[in-house]
Amino acid sequence: MSRTIQPAPVRKILTVPATPQRAFEVFTAGFDRWWPHSHTIGKSALQEVVLEPRAGGRWYGIDDDGTETEWGDVLVWEPPGRLVLAWRIGADWQYHADLLTEIEVTFTAQGGGATRVDFEHRLLERMGDAAASVRDAIDGPGGWTSILQDYADVVRAG
Amino acid sequence: MADRHLAFKALADATRREVFERLAAGPKAVGELADELPVTRPAVSQHLKALKSAGLVTERREGTRRVYQIDPAGLGQMRAWLDQFWDTALNAFQAEVSRTEKLDAKHERRSRRK
Repeated sequence: MSRTIQPAPVRKILTVPATPQRAFEVFTAGFDRWWPHSHTIGKSALQEVVLEPRAGGRWYGIDDDGTETEWGDVLVWEPPGRLVLAWRIGADWQYHADLLTEIEVTFTAQGGGATRVDFEHRLLERMGDAAASVRDAIDGPGGWTSILQDYADVVRAG
Repeated sequence: MADRHLAFKALADATRREVFERLAAGPKAVGELADELPVTRPAVSQHLKALKSAGLVTERREGTRRVYQIDPAGLGQMRAWLDQFWDTALNAFQAEVSRTEKLDAKHERRSRRK
């Protein structure tokens, strides 16, 4: 009689002052220009984030020392309306090839040159499956506690 | 932030983690947990208290028994983190779109003037 806990997907809706084509392009090809560089799972500072512009494309970070760290991949590539990415980073803050959480982003023209962006990060319950790794992350140095502390510092610094 | 730190701290204790994991399998009363684990009833109660104040478990009354279960909100720490994180990231995305649009508009005005 195990209980399955299912966290709701993270959903965000925003409007951007551009066409869907432009919004899609900034989100994908321009990914590195807006992604907060403080957020990386690599060992050293994040130099660049690459999102390869095609279905099956890789999504990875490049560290200062040139090391590439996988984040996930492109599941659906339908410019300019829809994009689905696989986010394969677990609660232990490590890449797991067999972990699949999905990020779906849709871009809808709204008139007046604006675009509505619907964002959803779902299947988060799968991160919880790896309870053991969560535990390790909590215990280990550089685990959640310190990551969250760093994150809080960044947020506070504005 | 405080809540999350509390949750991680609460789970740093091995016995408490054991209690938490037993509850992950289903709701249980203090006595049931004490029977399953090599710890006394008062000790289990103490661990449950810590887990409760960390927001990881909730209790409810079932007749004369008090039953403990995992608090989905507590397990949703990762979700809460992602929720905040995506806010930050998408704000940055929005700002970047606005910035490039403004640059474009400037270029257009310039080329029209020529």
